[in-house]
Amino acid sequence: MILGFRLLVLLLLAFVMMPAVVAIIAAFDARAIIAFPPKEFSWRWFQRALSYEDFRTGFMHSVFVAIIASTLSVLIGSMAAYAMDRYSFHGKATLEALLLAPLAIPHFTIGLGALILAAQIGQSRGWPVVIFAHVILVLPFVLRSLYISLKNIDPRLEQAALSLGARPARVIWTVTLPALAPGLAGGWLFAAILSFNEFTASLFVTSQRTQTLPVAMYNYVREYADPSMAAISALYILVTTILLVIANRFLGLGRILGTDDGRN
Amino acid sequence: MAATDALRLEGVTKRFGAVTALHEAWLNVRDGEFVTLLGPSGCGKTTLLNLIAGFLEADGGEIFIGGKLVTTLPVWERDLGMVFQSYALFPHMDVARNIGYGLRARGISKPEEASRVAEALALVRLSALADRRPKQLSGGQQQRVALARALVIRPRLLLLDEPFSALDRNLRAEMQIELKEIQHRLGVTTIFVTHDQGEAMSMSDRVAVMSEGRILQLDTPEAIYSRPAHPFVAGFIGDATVLPGRLLARDGNSAQVEAAGLHFTVPAEPLGMAQAGAAVSLYIRPEHLHPIEAGLGLDGIVISRAFLGDRAEMVVECTAGGRLLLRVPGATARWPLGAPVRVGFEGAAPVAFPV
Repeated sequence: MILGFRLLVLLLLAFVMMPAVVAIIAAFDARAIIAFPPKEFSWRWFQRALSYEDFRTGFMHSVFVAIIASTLSVLIGSMAAYAMDRYSFHGKATLEALLLAPLAIPHFTIGLGALILAAQIGQSRGWPVVIFAHVILVLPFVLRSLYISLKNIDPRLEQAALSLGARPARVIWTVTLPALAPGLAGGWLFAAILSFNEFTASLFVTSQRTQTLPVAMYNYVREYADPSMAAISALYILVTTILLVIANRFLGLGRILGTDDGRN
Repeated sequence: MAATDALRLEGVTKRFGAVTALHEAWLNVRDGEFVTLLGPSGCGKTTLLNLIAGFLEADGGEIFIGGKLVTTLPVWERDLGMVFQSYALFPHMDVARNIGYGLRARGISKPEEASRVAEALALVRLSALADRRPKQLSGGQQQRVALARALVIRPRLLLLDEPFSALDRNLRAEMQIELKEIQHRLGVTTIFVTHDQGEAMSMSDRVAVMSEGRILQLDTPEAIYSRPAHPFVAGFIGDATVLPGRLLARDGNSAQVEAAGLHFTVPAEPLGMAQAGAAVSLYIRPEHLHPIEAGLGLDGIVISRAFLGDRAEMVVECTAGGRLLLRVPGATARWPLGAPVRVGFEGAAPVAFPV
């Protein structure tokens, strides 16, 4: 019985991991065309991926956009989460539903909308548009992470600080923010990973000058079919995994992803 | 002189929507006094504490702390020390920084903060743990840190919200004695909220018994126990046998009541406006009932007995009076279950209330 379950879990894992595993293995093939299984072992496509100019600049762009967009969304998200948690106002329930469940809006819609808006104000395809689109895409996740963190702060902590003579601004600075720090860091990291991986909306709002790594990869496969795509995929998985492991180690993955409310 | 009362409530009322959580509370607390708000959950005691602290705003009435009107003053200007049920220690600060929080909020210099924190740590016997985080402390130690944090600012008023309910029984008794001793030494005026009557009786100078948003009686523990002013108080504090009876006559401060075929003298005041002939309930404390060999009393049989070491409790079923609860010294508890026994009322000081 137990063995049966183990087998089932293993099969499921294998099923989910298969595409990634195949891509990673294909990256080590020496031949100039993606094929599976590989015949000869080689690092050459990793060297090519790391030295290819568009990938290098795309990587830098992605890091830049991820840092700016996740920082902005944490700033906006923390204020919005605080307002939603502490104050009641007209339309609060609607705002909550809208901000916490925006997955219904496809990424290309957001990309297209951002593009149209940018064209309207004569700001076509510059950095602001890219960052704007990314902030909108990651904000719901940040908001959710911060909202849960705020809800888990014992309101008695703030009351204790007030009773000890601290003014509300001081309480926020010395009690609320430190208690919220793991949520802020987790929200930021999660936003950065999402932004780093984002492709669909980026395709609409980036130009040759601002293209992010996923867009650069897309442009590459339109022209070439060599395994450097597989190599960069492997690197992508490696970087994201390292970030997630760090996040999990310091902050608890469940809390960031909102699957665990942190009360246990 | 009323103006120097440490705390004065004048008709403080609080409503939550259609529900009145607190009906016109009046209360004077003297300097250095230890007053307990006692009642079952939902009686309004926590609401009252939150009004005093300033976490809630009163819908009516005025609150004075140290003679100063504070009804609309924000929490942080009320000069309070408060200990919460969950202790509410700041998890990201060590013990010393937790205790010094209120001093820093008041802009007190670092050297003075350090010396006052050291003093407070010594007061609660935690000097060795100054650099620990709250998570590394036991419940009793966290409790002491919370107390030190509230006392170090030398508050006008110390507010305690069920501070012992998270502790186990032995530790609770120990902390009660320690808190009472510290409170007495510092002479800090204290408002204590609890639903535990034993805790209230053992620690307080005066107890305010509350029910359904009203303070029913405010008096010393002795008076609350022996002269309850309200049937709820008589039933909530200590145990009692309740007998249905009839008011025979009133005579100044005392009255004659008949119950279970016997005559009792009771104080007249709790009877209110009841006149002769009115139905009353007679409350008799279990330690006032005795098994007797002969003489005036009620005959019955023992239907349950519990030996508690220093004392024993018996329930005696009487045909005339229903079930009587007796508390006798443990050494004399020699009646087996089912044994016939005569219960005497000699020396009983019952209290009667109109039904």
